[in-house]
Amino acid sequence: MSVAPAEVERAETEEKAVPDLPWVTIVWNDPVNLMSYVTYVFQTVFGYAKPKAEKLMLDVHHKGRAVVSVGAREAMERDAETLHGYGLWATISHDS
Amino acid sequence: MSEEEASASDQGSLEELMGGFRATSSGATARFGAAQATIIRDLVGQIAELISDEGTIARAQAEAGETGWPDEGPAGPDDLAKMIGLTDNTTLPDDPVLARLLPDAYRNDPEASGEFRRYTEQGLRSGKIAAARTVLATLPPKGGRVRLSEPEGQAWLRALNDVRLALGVHLEVTDDFDDRVDEIGPDDPRSAYVEVYHWLAFLQESLVRALS
Repeated sequence: MSVAPAEVERAETEEKAVPDLPWVTIVWNDPVNLMSYVTYVFQTVFGYAKPKAEKLMLDVHHKGRAVVSVGAREAMERDAETLHGYGLWATISHDS
Repeated sequence: MSEEEASASDQGSLEELMGGFRATSSGATARFGAAQATIIRDLVGQIAELISDEGTIARAQAEAGETGWPDEGPAGPDDLAKMIGLTDNTTLPDDPVLARLLPDAYRNDPEASGEFRRYTEQGLRSGKIAAARTVLATLPPKGGRVRLSEPEGQAWLRALNDVRLALGVHLEVTDDFDDRVDEIGPDDPRSAYVEVYHWLAFLQESLVRALS
């Protein structure tokens, strides 16, 4: 992701373990997408509060990827399709 | 364009032209000069054209023919498939820009990716084309004030992002792009796009803020 001139407050979100469900949607780091835009997309698509959306964005940025949603395969495919619509690089997987 | 703002801002100061989007009570607004509007409209239009390229559809139909579908006239299976949003494309596009805009949904699983693409690619293409059309419909060719509702603003974000992704492919943008951007000298035909790429990032950033 491209570093945008935004001060990102790293919020205290509880680090929940990913529930033991079979399918996940993963967003991969991309050098073009703006950090602020990726946060905005997570808020808009998933309805996540800003702190959670920012934490996921930072995970993508620093770790190269983040699990952004967990659930049934069909739901994950819908999420990936929506994220592709926003230009994010999303894949679906059985495991995280 | 609203009357009440016209008197104060019709001068179109350089500062305003370079200011990007800002939030107002009636939506995200920005002012564009003629050259800026031309650049955005050209690039957004090019992406829409690339995405709606009939060549890819024709090729897919030819492949479907080879796989044994009957060669029907009007209202054949291809038309039905298209009507319900199916495509016959099951592989990542060869064009690197299209491959980035229409990526695989499964890593290391071409079969699952192909099946996903069959059911989603047409819808994804339509959505991107619709976003591009929203930009073209709301940005006057000669520039001026743009005022966007939230859905229009989101369409702009998606369309600007698609343009930036395409430029990113051409400019080979990586995480250390800012450090090696000087490698693209003034004689390099890509140099003009570097400036546009950065300007569009600024514009998109301002629109994210205006919509947040």
